[in-house]
Amino acid sequence: MHTRREHLAAIVTILPSIILLGIFVYGFIANSIYMSTTDWGQTAAMSLDPQIESVGLDNYRDLFTGFLNVRFRQDLVNMFFFTLLFVGLSLLVGLVLATIIDQLFWGETFFRTVFLYPMSLSMVVTGTIWRWILQPRGGINVLPTLIGLPPGKFLWLSSRDQRLVFDWSHLLHYACWVLLVVLAISAYSQWRQGKKGRLAWHLVICGVLAGLIASRVLTRLRLLPYPEMHGFNDALWGVVIAAVWQMSGYTMALYLAGLRTIPSELREAARVDGGSELQIYRYVDLPLLKPITASAIVILGHIALKIFDLIFAISSPDHYPTSMPAVTMFLKAFRGNELAVGSAIGVILFFIVSLLIVPYLIVSFRREE
Amino acid sequence: MKRFCLLTAAFCVVLVATLAVAAAAAPQGKLEIFSWWAGDEGPALEALIALYEAKYPEVTVINATVTGGAGVHAKAVLKTRMLGGDPPDSFQVHAGQELIGTWVVAQRMEDLTWLFQEEGWFEVFPEDLLALISTDEGIWSVPVNIHRSNVMYYIPENLKKWGVEPPKTWDEFLAIAPSLQEQGVIPLSLGENWTAIHLWESVALSYLGPDKYDDLWEGKLSWTSPEVVGVWELFGRILEYTNPDAPSLSWQQATDMVVAGQAAFNIMGDWASGYMSVTLGVKPEEGYGWAPSPGTEGVFMALSDSFGLPVGSPNRENTIAWLKTIGSKEGQDTFNPLKGSISPRIDSDLSKYDVYLQSAARDYQSNRIVGSLAHGTVANERFMNDFATVMDIFLANKDPQAAAYAAQAVAIQSGLVK
Repeated sequence: MHTRREHLAAIVTILPSIILLGIFVYGFIANSIYMSTTDWGQTAAMSLDPQIESVGLDNYRDLFTGFLNVRFRQDLVNMFFFTLLFVGLSLLVGLVLATIIDQLFWGETFFRTVFLYPMSLSMVVTGTIWRWILQPRGGINVLPTLIGLPPGKFLWLSSRDQRLVFDWSHLLHYACWVLLVVLAISAYSQWRQGKKGRLAWHLVICGVLAGLIASRVLTRLRLLPYPEMHGFNDALWGVVIAAVWQMSGYTMALYLAGLRTIPSELREAARVDGGSELQIYRYVDLPLLKPITASAIVILGHIALKIFDLIFAISSPDHYPTSMPAVTMFLKAFRGNELAVGSAIGVILFFIVSLLIVPYLIVSFRREE
Repeated sequence: MKRFCLLTAAFCVVLVATLAVAAAAAPQGKLEIFSWWAGDEGPALEALIALYEAKYPEVTVINATVTGGAGVHAKAVLKTRMLGGDPPDSFQVHAGQELIGTWVVAQRMEDLTWLFQEEGWFEVFPEDLLALISTDEGIWSVPVNIHRSNVMYYIPENLKKWGVEPPKTWDEFLAIAPSLQEQGVIPLSLGENWTAIHLWESVALSYLGPDKYDDLWEGKLSWTSPEVVGVWELFGRILEYTNPDAPSLSWQQATDMVVAGQAAFNIMGDWASGYMSVTLGVKPEEGYGWAPSPGTEGVFMALSDSFGLPVGSPNRENTIAWLKTIGSKEGQDTFNPLKGSISPRIDSDLSKYDVYLQSAARDYQSNRIVGSLAHGTVANERFMNDFATVMDIFLANKDPQAAAYAAQAVAIQSGLVK
């Protein structure tokens, strides 16, 4: 039993951090949300007592549909593809490295350190180094000449070519497609696990989405009066490579720790049952690594969504094909003096990151209970 | 348990005490100078500070620099300080609309007309320059240096080898560019986004002429007018002769291409002179040649760093002394030869400057002066920020009409066109 004194001491001890967090985190979030609904950023934005008027959600509407905010929309598309590629490749590379190192008889500590080392660098250093390595006239592109081949021509960071181009005014249509694919995958896993009730729900929603797409209602509901094309920029590959180089060692360490916690009895039991090494890996190791994958997705995902320093160092701030919302937020607020628009971008980022983190926290809390 | 409470209490006390000390006003006898001059530009500022300290030994100068991003980071830090009510005594700012559009309209600067009168600066600074740094309400900063934006660089020896002359107009450039390309030479080297804006302003000045160029910034010439669409068209044709990897190059790397013989010409501000002669060891005239960018002979496109007097400067008297020092002939001739720029004063002692700077100073004193867009002289920060996006979209789609309309929208939103 805790005494009252101990309770009191605990409260007093924790109070300063609660107050500081309350002001500097939650208070500022609230303040940003308020600022994003104003027009702060007009002519005299920097006066000591700026004239700020409420404009409701105009800043948000303008960001998603305004003629001049085309850059922000490309940023969102860039962020989407970057997050997908960065998280996916980091997990894959990390898992492969961890599996190999786990099998080694010697040099494990050495390789672990080698692969983990990039993580100790700051993103700015990584960005600067890779900016040099990916120079179109040097670095990687001249490597083939060492064995007598012509130099590479790929513009790693400066290409303006786009793939998977789509019309932003049909965004809802494409969002439906993405949702449909995600739900279909989820439905498949429910079916595998034999959870009939959930499967039914999934199928109903999939049906509705498929109906919506087939009916073409959403393509008629245009966000913009004119077509505006966005897509995956080839220049993002350079950024993805640098980011994966930095963070895959981290996922490797996570997976390696995970592999070490798998009780050897499980593997031995599988061996007794006649499982091959490959089968043991597939049916014993990989399923037990799932919680680690989930944590890694959340950690890497929020890094990817908020990425700023790497972009600033590896590319120039106004290079549209590699720009991200956080970069535009900084430039809008502190270079263009449009503080309200900057706040609105910050709030949008905050919600996107919350979409990733909140479900994870809920699941973790439930597990603890 | 008691110790725990005590510790917590002590922690709170320390926290409050720190905040209290931070909030207290700085004592007399100090002067805080805020700038982004470090690295190569550091010694010039330090020389200026040394001169000040020799004149006013009782004042301690705090040299507050925030480096990186060509001033982007420093400006962000400055804005948070100013909004928090903690202005430095004086801060570096590009003279002209970058100062006026952000700080003067917000009533954060003091009018310096009286200082200009007292020091006799109306006689020594050219009228064109004074017009760029003033509004109807006053003069807002003391220019400490002048850089020229419309300069074209080349290596005379290489040009001879390739059989071309430095073009006097863009038509001449477009005529010789194909033959350079056939010889495997990039006719015009270009770097990241802002260097494209830098090139654009020179093209605009040449296509519009100085009068209409000024009209553009005074809101008298529409961005959608056929002339301005023509600027974008010409700019697009010039871009065809630039290097495809431009977005990943810094301005130095674009200059390097000319020095290395990979490119024929580069248009850059005259800090490139300092870069070539000091960093690369290529001497002016013998090593590299220069000319006004095509079609801008007789016009000097200027940009200038300056310092002003913020409202609420904690050590106002010291700041005024600082402004007097940097505006004086002695101050400017101490600073500029080291910085690689010329003095805004027309009475500066040219013998202290190198060959290039002497030629720039002669042009400055005789030419028509207009202001630079890329470096904050003619447009406010909101316009510049969004214009960078307009430029990057144009670099991708090369659509002059769309760029003209987007620029017009930016001009309206930023208050450039009323």
